Amino acid sequence: MAANPMTQFEVYRIGPEIKVGTFDISFTNASLFMIISSLAILIIFNLGSKKNSLIPNKLQLMAELSYTFVAKMIGDTAGSKARPYFAFIFSLFMFVLFCNMFGMIPYTFTVTSHIIVTFVLASFIFIGVTIIGFIKHGFGYLKLFVPSGVPVVLLPLIVVIEIISYLSRPISLSVRLFANMMAGHTMMKVFGGFVISLGIVGGWLPLSFSVALTGLEILVAFLQAYVFAILTCIYLNDALNLHH
Amino acid sequence: MNKKKIFQIVFFNFLFIGKVIAAESGGMPQLNPEFWISQIFWLIITFGFLYIVLSKLILPKISANLELRKSQISDNIEAADKQREQSDSKLKEYNEIILKSKNEAKNIFNQAREEAIMGINKKKENLDKQIDEEIKKAEDEIGKLKRNAPEKITKIAIETSSELIKKLIGAEVNNSSISAIVDDLSKKNQSKYYDN
Repeated sequence: MAANPMTQFEVYRIGPEIKVGTFDISFTNASLFMIISSLAILIIFNLGSKKNSLIPNKLQLMAELSYTFVAKMIGDTAGSKARPYFAFIFSLFMFVLFCNMFGMIPYTFTVTSHIIVTFVLASFIFIGVTIIGFIKHGFGYLKLFVPSGVPVVLLPLIVVIEIISYLSRPISLSVRLFANMMAGHTMMKVFGGFVISLGIVGGWLPLSFSVALTGLEILVAFLQAYVFAILTCIYLNDALNLHH
Repeated sequence: MNKKKIFQIVFFNFLFIGKVIAAESGGMPQLNPEFWISQIFWLIITFGFLYIVLSKLILPKISANLELRKSQISDNIEAADKQREQSDSKLKEYNEIILKSKNEAKNIFNQAREEAIMGINKKKENLDKQIDEEIKKAEDEIGKLKRNAPEKITKIAIETSSELIKKLIGAEVNNSSISAIVDDLSKKNQSKYYDN
């Protein structure tokens, strides 16, 4: 059973079954790791912002570096108009990052390796960005689908492509994160299985792969959180500053 | 026999793993909708809580901390700039004072030198004058002596000649006749003795 690389993604109930109407909202291992990630973020950043010293201690430095990192990311991609959405993008980045990173600890559950979680996040972003776009520009937001400087003959085709690409944003955003997380973890599990089955003689090669993959996966965990956040910024930029 | 077994273990065991995976995998658990609602529910709860606490409590604090540090640093930089300006002006003042005092010292030195030179010149003039006077006096005296010399010589000549005559011939000779002869002689030879 442990050899199946997909069992690590299984969700199981912790405690009693909770039902609201027909909906099952039981507390699961996924819920547990969402809560752990959120609490970890809150604890770290609370400690990091508690004491304000001119020369920051390690936690304060980390909190402030994260703050400036995300602030710079938003400023670079979406400009100063995106300032009100800073808190959301910051929490989004931190949530995804911490979920990814907690998933790297053995025997933990990776929240972001579930399509439903990433899809809910991506859909929320998609719907939110669309609403912001329509509020800021009214129906002028539809100009997003009509790029300037395109020959009239090509326009119908371009508009269709633009609409499809716009509508596929939540899917691409969610699948990117989910697939990366799932593939990485599956691969690590598979190589781990090889280590056991090839034994002491042949297990060294997959073991070394496993070690290398761990490093790669930590990089991917950070990178995917960054990509998720920066794509959100780019979508937000489209909604805030209509460039087309 | 043993070698063959090891070879099998090393190179063919993954085939058995493949079998195990194929036997146990029931597809992706992600696509099992059993806990989707639960995950959505807990995601909204946890992420919402995270967002609210971060945006209302923690991020403003971090931002305030950063702002405070920025303002503190810029204040310090400003103060440092001010002090640098002050020290620059002080340095300028100091340099001016040094320059001024240098000029003054130069002036004083020059004045002293001029005074000294003037004093020396005056003294030199005075000395020159004195020397000239002395020279003049001496020359006058010499001139006087020169002028008086022929008379005295003639007198001495007259006296000696009269005494010589007295001793030689034992007769008194009139002084006036001797003097006439001496005058005549001295007039003849004057240029020979005094005009050189």
